[in-house]
Amino acid sequence: MAEKNRVGVTTFSTPSDREIVAVRVVNAPRQLVWEAWTKSEHLQRWLLGPEGWTMPVCEMDLRPEGVWHYSFRHRDGTEMEMRGVFREIEPPARLVRTESWGGDWPETLNTLLLTEEGGMTTMTVTVLYPSKGARDKALGVGMREGWSHSYDRLDRALAQTGVPVG
Amino acid sequence: MASQTLTTTFSALADPTRLAILARLARGPASVKELAAPFAMSGPGVSKHLRVLERAGLISRSREAQRRPCRLRARPLQEVAEWTEAYRRFWDDSFQRLDGYLETLKTKERTHGREK
Repeated sequence: MAEKNRVGVTTFSTPSDREIVAVRVVNAPRQLVWEAWTKSEHLQRWLLGPEGWTMPVCEMDLRPEGVWHYSFRHRDGTEMEMRGVFREIEPPARLVRTESWGGDWPETLNTLLLTEEGGMTTMTVTVLYPSKGARDKALGVGMREGWSHSYDRLDRALAQTGVPVG
Repeated sequence: MASQTLTTTFSALADPTRLAILARLARGPASVKELAAPFAMSGPGVSKHLRVLERAGLISRSREAQRRPCRLRARPLQEVAEWTEAYRRFWDDSFQRLDGYLETLKTKERTHGREK
């Protein structure tokens, strides 16, 4: 698994029915990566998704049962919230916390694992959903496991016919 | 985020028969009979799937003729595609930015040194 991961590439996988795992290797020692994940002033600089988003609120009470809350804002005015509770904190290796996006999206249990080798750190983010159904919704009916093929075909068919949107 | 709509759309799409029906409709309107043809399935069996798709707003059925052809409606599909893409891009783009940010932090450390 690890040997496949390269710097600059995010690998997504579904090792079980209820999980999504994202793996990414960064060129920095583990202690620094830990700080980038656990200090607000750092996190606000990078955990922003696509261009156009900022994170005006980034609160982390970094202790077991401590609450965290991120609020994102897009330049078009759209806002997005994430919040949850820290469960396990083992610097600089492991961070476990609940995460919720509000609405009818399920609460997940997220584990960040940091391992270091030769000055490079592998970040493994595991998102555990309450059920397979909830996980598959997040995946968009499964971006892996053959579903993607049907979906790609559908996409192509739509593109070819130029079906009017609406 | 219209998450309720998305949830309905995701459920409707979570079936190979329904995906195949949508792929067929992407080529143009079709009657229930035409849609049932490729599947070893009765008319009522296909109708059940069509009702799910209709509820999710993925297809519309004309009331006029007896044939009642089904038509694809693309907007919910587009929302799903956008959301799934957004999920992946959130992480991918964030990590991309983290790469650059860690370089900045490393440079700072080298310049100022660290307490521990």
